[in-house]
Amino acid sequence: MGRITLDKVTKSFGATEVIPPLDLTIEDGEFTVFVGPSGCGKSTLLRLIAGLEDVSSGQIRIDSKDATMVPPAKRGLAMVFQSYALYPHMSVRKNIAFPMKMAGIDEAEQNRRIEAAAKALNLTDYLERKPGQLSGGQRQRVAIGRAIVREPAAFLFDEPLSNLDAALRVGMRLEISELHERLKTTMIYVTHDQVEAMTMADKIVVLRAGHIEQVGSPLELYHTPRNLFVAGFIGSPKMNFIEGPEADKYNAHTIGIRPEHITIGTGDGPWSGVVNVSEHLGSDTFFHIHNTGLAETITVRADGEVGFRHGDRVTLTPRSDVIHRFDAQGQRIAA
Amino acid sequence: MATQHSRSAARLMMAPAVVLLLGWMLVPLTMTLFFSFKKYLPLRGGDLGWVGFDNYIRFIDSSAFWPSVQATLVIVGGVLAITVVLGVALALLLDQPMWGQGVVRILVIAPFFVMPTVSALVWKNMFMDPVNGLFAHLWKFFGAEPISWLSEASMQSIILIVSWQWLPFATLILLTAIQSLDSEQLEAAEMDGASPVARFGYIILPHLGRAITVVVLIQTIFLLSIFAEIFVTTQGSFGTRTLTYLIFQRVLESQNVGLGSAGGVYAIILANIVAAFLMRIVGKNLDA
Ligand SMILES: Nc1ncnc2c1ncn2[C@@H]1O[C@H](COP(=O)(O)OP(=O)(O)OP(=O)(O)O)[C@@H](O)[C@H]1O
Ligand SMILES: [Mg+2]
Repeated sequence: MGRITLDKVTKSFGATEVIPPLDLTIEDGEFTVFVGPSGCGKSTLLRLIAGLEDVSSGQIRIDSKDATMVPPAKRGLAMVFQSYALYPHMSVRKNIAFPMKMAGIDEAEQNRRIEAAAKALNLTDYLERKPGQLSGGQRQRVAIGRAIVREPAAFLFDEPLSNLDAALRVGMRLEISELHERLKTTMIYVTHDQVEAMTMADKIVVLRAGHIEQVGSPLELYHTPRNLFVAGFIGSPKMNFIEGPEADKYNAHTIGIRPEHITIGTGDGPWSGVVNVSEHLGSDTFFHIHNTGLAETITVRADGEVGFRHGDRVTLTPRSDVIHRFDAQGQRIAA
Repeated sequence: MATQHSRSAARLMMAPAVVLLLGWMLVPLTMTLFFSFKKYLPLRGGDLGWVGFDNYIRFIDSSAFWPSVQATLVIVGGVLAITVVLGVALALLLDQPMWGQGVVRILVIAPFFVMPTVSALVWKNMFMDPVNGLFAHLWKFFGAEPISWLSEASMQSIILIVSWQWLPFATLILLTAIQSLDSEQLEAAEMDGASPVARFGYIILPHLGRAITVVVLIQTIFLLSIFAEIFVTTQGSFGTRTLTYLIFQRVLESQNVGLGSAGGVYAIILANIVAAFLMRIVGKNLDA
């Protein structure tokens, strides 16, 4: 079991309030991702749940029991740190065994769980090495192994992949998702990478300055962002925002259109502009269009085969059914 | 960066320093060796010629030799034990955020700036004097008979004085080591269910291993040759005659340079035995 409820939780460091009153429920077995820009309080929130920081007010419940004053070790949660926080003088085996040793689990059971975790994480060959003799990805796996063997009620991850290179990140992302499928344990995952958020989450919590901007499934956030911040944060490349006369046509202060919902061409179209930069990814090409009279730059996502160059005049056709409308306060106007 | 060319340039530029250091070390060493094979009594006839290994045999046969080796080792061992244990404790304490941290840290370091002679005199006259010392007053206050520290507990007193001097050094090095410990490691251990004692034993102490090694090795070098503290307190009596002090007595009090030089060579040998022994025990902490 691992249902975590935050009830009017606040956190201040001295006079600065980092988390204003915040309510959130994380269901048992759910993969929840906290995303938000740097410094928005993601790590702080996670550390509050872990018990590494004390809440300033409010209540944290784990499986409907009040855990606000329970010390970290007694909350039954396991955390994977960004720096891995492995114990450098212990072998991989001893690292993984450490939480079990502290819990007084007998030797045979310890070894059984270590072998199982090592097998699941491809660490069997490295058990006798020291963390300093492992690659970043292997260290990450040891940190995860150390968390798994405790059989916690929930896993907490604080940007666990941010120290890895791109290819490894994709691989580890899959491994963590598979782990979640297999264990079906609650996981809370902090990242500022919205691709990780979109691909891994059952539920995304978008934070800004300690506030929850929106909570929902990845597709909910993608299709119906509640405000300009979420609209701009979720989706890559970023959504285009247009103000002024063009927005007025839609009875909105601002309209948003995603780059993938604009067709680029040379024939007739409602909008036109000049290609400035084109980014070729192979499968896709991103065009940055200037001189449209709508916004400084309009980003368009096109098929990889489409080949416009710098300076080409092009026309743009937005899909009118997926235009997002926002009012002057930046809130979504329901369709 | 080290190309062939820059390496030879570096060697050339280091040469004067290396030659100077080598001379600095070799000249006294050779002279000690030279005199140790002579009968040389400056006030009683001067250089009386070569005597082979006579001085070595006489020095080691003297009834004062083995007790002096023992006294040396007891002082070194006692001071090391006290400074390392208290140093770790003080470093842990100073690492805690507290009011007036800066001032407290300076106060802790202060004893290191006091000259050995001065500090030994202060201890001898202000604290340990059986009539006027602070300890004597304290003992009298509780109705006890004041202890004449330097004669009744001479070894303990010297160890206390020297430990007081070296504690700041140990504390300082251990404090910087504690501060370099990644706080996430401690947090991870906390989440793993380690009690404060377990966190100290499994995380902090192993992390301090290298710093403790450095403290032990450096202090040993200096402690093997402590002199001032003994000179101004017990003058080598009451079982506090270390090897260094014995050599001093042979050379200056008995005016026997040859015998003292032989003792000096024994001191070098003792230092090397201690060093080899220490490297065996703690040296592996230094390879990372
Ligand atoms: N111990 C502390 N004392 C004072 N302020 C703190 C402390 N820890 C964090 N903060 C502040 O709280 C805010 C949130 O920090 P937090 O570490 O939670 O951000 P984050 O969302 O995890 O950012 P990042 O993505 O960069 O890791 C920041 O403005 C930070 O300066
Ligand atoms: Mg963070």
